[in-house]
Amino acid sequence: MDDQSLTNGHLSDPSSNSLSVHSHGNGDGNNENKLRNGSPDSFCDLHVRPSMPLFGMDIGGTLTKLVYFEPDHFDDFDQEERETLKTIQRYLIGSTAYGTTGIRDVHLEMTNQNICGREGKIHFIRFPTSQMPAFIDLAKYKKFSGLASGICATGGGAYMFEDVFASEVHLQLHKYDELDSLVKGIHYIDRYTLKSECYYFSNPLDPDNCEKMPFDFQDPYPYLVVNIGSGVSILSVRSKYQYSRVSGTSLGGGTFLGLCCLLTGCDTFEEAIELASRGDSKNIDKLVRDIYGGDYSKFGLKGDAVACSFGQMMSKEKRKCAKKEDLARATLVTLTNNIGSIARMCAKTEKIERVVFVGNFLRVNTISMKLLAFAMEYWSNGLLKALFLEHEHISHILEVDNIGCFIKDEKYAWDVWAEAGRDSQPYRHTTADAWARVLEEEGQDGTGVTVWQRHQN
Amino acid sequence: MRRINRARYWIESLVFQQRKMAHKSYARSIDLPSEQVFHNIKNAKRFAIDIGGSLAKVAYSSVIKRKSTMVFDEPDVPGICGSPIYNVSEKDQEVVRLHFVKFETKYIESCLDFINANLINSKEFVQDKAIKVTGGGAYKYTDLIQSKLGVTVDKVDEIACLIEGCNFLLKNIPDEAFCYMRHGNPEYKFQGVDSDIFPYLLVNIGSGVSLCKVESEDKFERIGGTSMGGGTFWGLGSLLTSAKEFDELLELAEKGDHKPLDMLVKDIYGGNYGEIGLGGDVIASSFGKAARCARDTSVPNFNREDIVRSLLLCISNDIGQIAYLQARLHGVKKIYFGGFFIRGHPFTMHTMTFAINFWSKGDIQPLFLRHEGYLCAIGAFLKGMREEDAEHYSWGENLAGSSGLASPKQTTASSSFDYHMKNNFSLLEINRLERPLLPCPLLKDIMGYFPDTVDLTQDAEARQYWLDCFHTGAAKTKDLAIKSQPNSSDAVERANKFLEKYRSRLNSLRQNPCAFGHLTVRSLLDTSTSILEECLFPDIFSQQKQLENEVALHKLSARLKYLDGLPLPERLLQLAMGFLAGNVFDWGALEVCKILEQSNNFGLEDAQAKLQKRPWLFDDFDAWSSRLIRSKPPLKPPYKCAVIFCDNSGMDIILGVIPFVRQLLSMGTNVILCANSAPSMNDVVYGELQLLAKHASDICPILRSALAEGRWMVMESGQTSPCLDLRLIDERLVRTMSEQGADLIVIEGMGRAIHTNMEATFHCDALKVAVIKNRWLAKRFKGDMFAVMFRFEQSGIIAGSAPRSSSPLLSSSSSAASSRSVSPVSSLSYLSSGAPELVRSRRGDDSDRNGNCEDNGDGLSPTASSAKIPITPRGSR
Repeated sequence: MDDQSLTNGHLSDPSSNSLSVHSHGNGDGNNENKLRNGSPDSFCDLHVRPSMPLFGMDIGGTLTKLVYFEPDHFDDFDQEERETLKTIQRYLIGSTAYGTTGIRDVHLEMTNQNICGREGKIHFIRFPTSQMPAFIDLAKYKKFSGLASGICATGGGAYMFEDVFASEVHLQLHKYDELDSLVKGIHYIDRYTLKSECYYFSNPLDPDNCEKMPFDFQDPYPYLVVNIGSGVSILSVRSKYQYSRVSGTSLGGGTFLGLCCLLTGCDTFEEAIELASRGDSKNIDKLVRDIYGGDYSKFGLKGDAVACSFGQMMSKEKRKCAKKEDLARATLVTLTNNIGSIARMCAKTEKIERVVFVGNFLRVNTISMKLLAFAMEYWSNGLLKALFLEHEHISHILEVDNIGCFIKDEKYAWDVWAEAGRDSQPYRHTTADAWARVLEEEGQDGTGVTVWQRHQN
Repeated sequence: MRRINRARYWIESLVFQQRKMAHKSYARSIDLPSEQVFHNIKNAKRFAIDIGGSLAKVAYSSVIKRKSTMVFDEPDVPGICGSPIYNVSEKDQEVVRLHFVKFETKYIESCLDFINANLINSKEFVQDKAIKVTGGGAYKYTDLIQSKLGVTVDKVDEIACLIEGCNFLLKNIPDEAFCYMRHGNPEYKFQGVDSDIFPYLLVNIGSGVSLCKVESEDKFERIGGTSMGGGTFWGLGSLLTSAKEFDELLELAEKGDHKPLDMLVKDIYGGNYGEIGLGGDVIASSFGKAARCARDTSVPNFNREDIVRSLLLCISNDIGQIAYLQARLHGVKKIYFGGFFIRGHPFTMHTMTFAINFWSKGDIQPLFLRHEGYLCAIGAFLKGMREEDAEHYSWGENLAGSSGLASPKQTTASSSFDYHMKNNFSLLEINRLERPLLPCPLLKDIMGYFPDTVDLTQDAEARQYWLDCFHTGAAKTKDLAIKSQPNSSDAVERANKFLEKYRSRLNSLRQNPCAFGHLTVRSLLDTSTSILEECLFPDIFSQQKQLENEVALHKLSARLKYLDGLPLPERLLQLAMGFLAGNVFDWGALEVCKILEQSNNFGLEDAQAKLQKRPWLFDDFDAWSSRLIRSKPPLKPPYKCAVIFCDNSGMDIILGVIPFVRQLLSMGTNVILCANSAPSMNDVVYGELQLLAKHASDICPILRSALAEGRWMVMESGQTSPCLDLRLIDERLVRTMSEQGADLIVIEGMGRAIHTNMEATFHCDALKVAVIKNRWLAKRFKGDMFAVMFRFEQSGIIAGSAPRSSSPLLSSSSSAASSRSVSPVSSLSYLSSGAPELVRSRRGDDSDRNGNCEDNGDGLSPTASSAKIPITPRGSR
């Protein structure tokens, strides 16, 4: 079943499934009960005759991710097309940094791609969403709209900037709903069943013996997805075709970064995580033992549980000697625990035992992942399991779908791989490691393409 | 030495804060600074301390000794006023009062030094007593407390205390719990006392947050919590803004705007995220823009106010969401918030209410508590008390000593009112009532009953009028107070203190009408009484009442003779007129005061002449009259037993009510005549009424024999108010009503029948009689001054028309017991569906069981409990 019929499947799915979701009492929020039936736009038309240039864009609250397909040969394009392509080429491919904030992740670049009969490369570029006006100016100036083919876009920005793109750049944004894309992305992994894609932490309660273990995601339903981007969305996925947003919180990755910036003066997520990795939140938080002198055993609270986040900062003296690292760590721990706690209650309400944590927030952030693994296990008496994906910011696999509109099905692989390390330039090794390991396991020395292609067969 | 200085500094700083409050005279009039923070600490008897992560709360009980008036009937003993009818003297009255004070935990040592200095030396405090300590600090500070105070520390579980305290407040303080609706009118909706409080979720927001599910008094569990609580707000807030105090942070938050820092859905989507129903203004990522902008050098630094606003919003939202999730998981519909986080702060309450309504679509109700911070301290205190006093009491809030909620309308924090409210918020005083109070069994719908006719929080026009009216009236009260104690050297000073305190309360109510619970004419009147009492004016009308009673009593004989000479129908009319004319004599009505002060000889006839001519504004006299005449005495008494709640002293009670009582008695109806338990305005008080009844019975043989036979009963209502809250009346009265099978309730006076109970419905017939002595109110009713309300409300079903047996002893045949569905005797319709006849006879046997209110097992006992009326004692103010 290809992805398109999967989308249709949403539409034609009998409502009985929908009832089963209702019976679990998803009374949350507004419309959250509503089953999601795919994105408002269909990309079928693009499928038929893609024209150049090809862009895919995910405009998130904090970061915008741009995918560009560069054809290897311009010969069969007409003059006008050729000029446009060359202009873009010169600008985008000619450098790896754009202004102070735009970055092309060269290590992710994919060559020898065949998209709709054209050979080419796929490039990955990211820049802060706050720079969108500058990007629009650029697109206008460089006449990206030359062929008016449109850009596949998702994330909130697809809605936000739709009009501007239409009026200023004369480009149509083909919008894809991000939650839809998110679930499709996970299904995609499900489909290709990469063994080590999904993992959990064994012995999460014992830091010394806590290990990453692969998890078989063959038959995952029902499961909860906790997507931690700038904010947090929690989806309950009951089948391939059926999911609903059951909850969410505004305390997410954006909160972590925002607070860290205010508290420590750091600039980037990587910097914040790096600070946190060297800090100790016990100097900032008040633990149960700080108040009770030990465990509060009557209610099963251990002495080292956090009783009050930032509790020690009520004292002026303690504030004076608070270290940046400790503050960053406390912020990270506070937000992670809070997300864990909300996720746990949602899982309980939905009667779901598997919780998949994804999203940008977990990128290069093992501290949070281990904390989440611990919290799920500890507070549920081992009933709940926290699962993670190697492509932690899988929400952007949504681009898989977007690109999928011009890359044929078998090429999805590329995008999944592309996802593995986009945005993570300073921590390239993480992706590289994962890459190497996968290849090792597969016994392949070739490119990802072959790995994936083999899988398909 | 240094320690003492520190203690001193601490007290001074607290006092300084208090001085910044509006009460200037309050600060002047008391010499000891300690008294401002720790009211009556010198008489403190028992302590409990709740030591939290950031705040400590001390609870202590004290015995307030104060003067009260009493009347006695021994003419040979020279009384103060030497009246022939009765004597008035002062008596010492003791009131047990609970006090609650909070301070920051870091001052604990200073506080203990202070308590030590003030208490250990006093004889009341017994050394080696165990003191209940709860909260996290119970562990940390055990040694300190033991060494400082020389007491043993008895640690009690925090959560158990928390819940006990919450239950106590919900059951005893009528205006404790409220919903908050920012755009509602009123913004605050109080819940009233509720005996059916379980199950509920208690979210205690201290430094951290604990969530407890409470299913009954004894069954509760901690089901969850979060570490993001008040301490996080304080700690993070201080880090981000360098503001030092919690309240300072709240003030900043009130002025800020979260939009510069929080990433809203519209910041990402440009509008709503319609697909999942998220509005554009929903926060997508708290502090999300702080990260985005940190890299933009063009963006200026953030405002402190905005940062704190975002922080408060983010923490309140989070707590609201977690509370909702837990409530839903556990199937609980009510969420109460405790802890010292909210502090009546409208923005916080709005955020939490919004969060819970958003997630639950209004299915789960968020409720806030006026005394949220004291739950644990109250619980600890009660635990200590229970060990010594087996008795259970009812409790009432001391309106004069407690503090109210902050004003929702506040915009700047500089006005003295805000300071006053914020600092004063820390005070709570509760009085122990002498006897348990229960709901009146005659009420048709006890759960739905609400005493007050007009909610002044909703009715702005009425609020404006009454606040003005009481503001003006307070001056008159002050004059009367001074006059009432001619021999006291400081009467003027105390009376001025009353005036200032009461007017300041009225002003704060102007700003936040909900600050002290429901705002009603009743609450305004009761607050006045309460503050007068605080200022040592327990009974300002004492002499006036005595004088008028004496004058009226002289006229009783002639009045009775006149009435006896009339044919029955005419007599009934004259009785009604007399009743009404008597009700004109009300010192609570300014217009009447003027008349009474101008003419010394203003008598019943003069009053009668003032009355509106028939047909009255509400004129059910004909129905009433025919109802009485139809049953020919003495074979068929019109009613088995009438309960009468009377109003003023003097002409009213003696020439209006007593002849009316006498008529009913002579028709075979028993009468329970009820008066206030303690003085309030010129209303007749129980003690006085007892003597008056005795004097009246000396004049008239009918009254004499009825009194002797127990057919005329004089009882106390349990109230201390010119109004009447039928949810809280004296336990004995409730019992007697049930035993007597009361089938008529008569409520007299503006306070009892118009300001309250006008809309009340009863199981039995009700007669509501009042003369409207207030021009504004009369106009509202489209009437004139001295318009008359004579409402006779027959209890719909077969009332009166049903065949009635005149025999007091009905057969207790088994067939009667089995015919459960037939309950022809309306007089007992308020009882459970059990056969009334059987009930009656059983009661006859059991009547000397000293009013045990318990269901005797077969479900037929005609008590409150059998009628599914909650019998938990409840307090009133």
